[in-house]
Amino acid sequence: MNAPVEAYIIVAAILFFIGVVGVIARRNPLIQLMSIELLFNSANLALVTFARSWANNAGHVFAFLVITVAAAEAAIGLAIVVIVFRKTTFVDVDEVATLKG
Amino acid sequence: MIGFVVLALLMIASAIFTVTAKKPVYSVVGLLVNFIALAITYLTLHAEFLAVIQIVVYSGAILILFVFVIALLSSGTKPFEPGPNRMPRAVIPAVIFGVAGFAAIVVAISKTVFAPAVIAGATGDANVFGSVADFGTALFTTNLLPFEVTAFVLMVAIVGVVLLAGDEAPGRRAPKRIAREPISPPREPIAR
Repeated sequence: MNAPVEAYIIVAAILFFIGVVGVIARRNPLIQLMSIELLFNSANLALVTFARSWANNAGHVFAFLVITVAAAEAAIGLAIVVIVFRKTTFVDVDEVATLKG
Repeated sequence: MIGFVVLALLMIASAIFTVTAKKPVYSVVGLLVNFIALAITYLTLHAEFLAVIQIVVYSGAILILFVFVIALLSSGTKPFEPGPNRMPRAVIPAVIFGVAGFAAIVVAISKTVFAPAVIAGATGDANVFGSVADFGTALFTTNLLPFEVTAFVLMVAIVGVVLLAGDEAPGRRAPKRIAREPISPPREPIAR
């Protein structure tokens, strides 16, 4: 650990809120999904930092589970993007205004 | 410390590039840089197994999935035609919310005293904190039930993806595909 804990947590917070801005402000669902991956990763960075800080590897296990859930989320989110694109010509979340299949 | 600063700047710059890029392919490249820098950061935090998993699962599997979907969607059509912008000023509340949340976290950190534990041994040594053996022992003894639930989550994801994006219900014949022109801007939805 070659920097204080606070520095790692601040970097994680910066990454998290960059991802938040991406999810809110972008309209391309693919870029929104990638911003969600940024959110997962910043949470993981915080978990790993605290695991190192307390020398307790429960944080590592938790980060491992988060990676698994992120993989499942990416697969399902991209499947939804694919079926939406089959119905419409747009790749734009604003255009998806109906739940009808 | 210099290494951490370089990694942090690399992660933040690539994250901003990911969020602001015009095309999703550029975002994927930015995200790749971000993931690799994050994996190196994990190594500085004694999380060597997670560093490898970060490269293999994120950079290897998830980003390839993104690239694959981008290639699938943009084949034969004009890629990523945006519709009319219904929320043109969504950036302003997003940035306000982001800055406010970040300020809240900074205030919370400034009120906390951290005392990192001292770990004997470097990253990569056998049987110190964060080694693969240490992580595996924790995963397969203390946290065995979460590990098993992970397998269930992945199975649900597989079944869900097949149900969502599978071509048709089993037993029916596949509908005839419409041949597409190379570039045909407003293409008809595929008849199903």
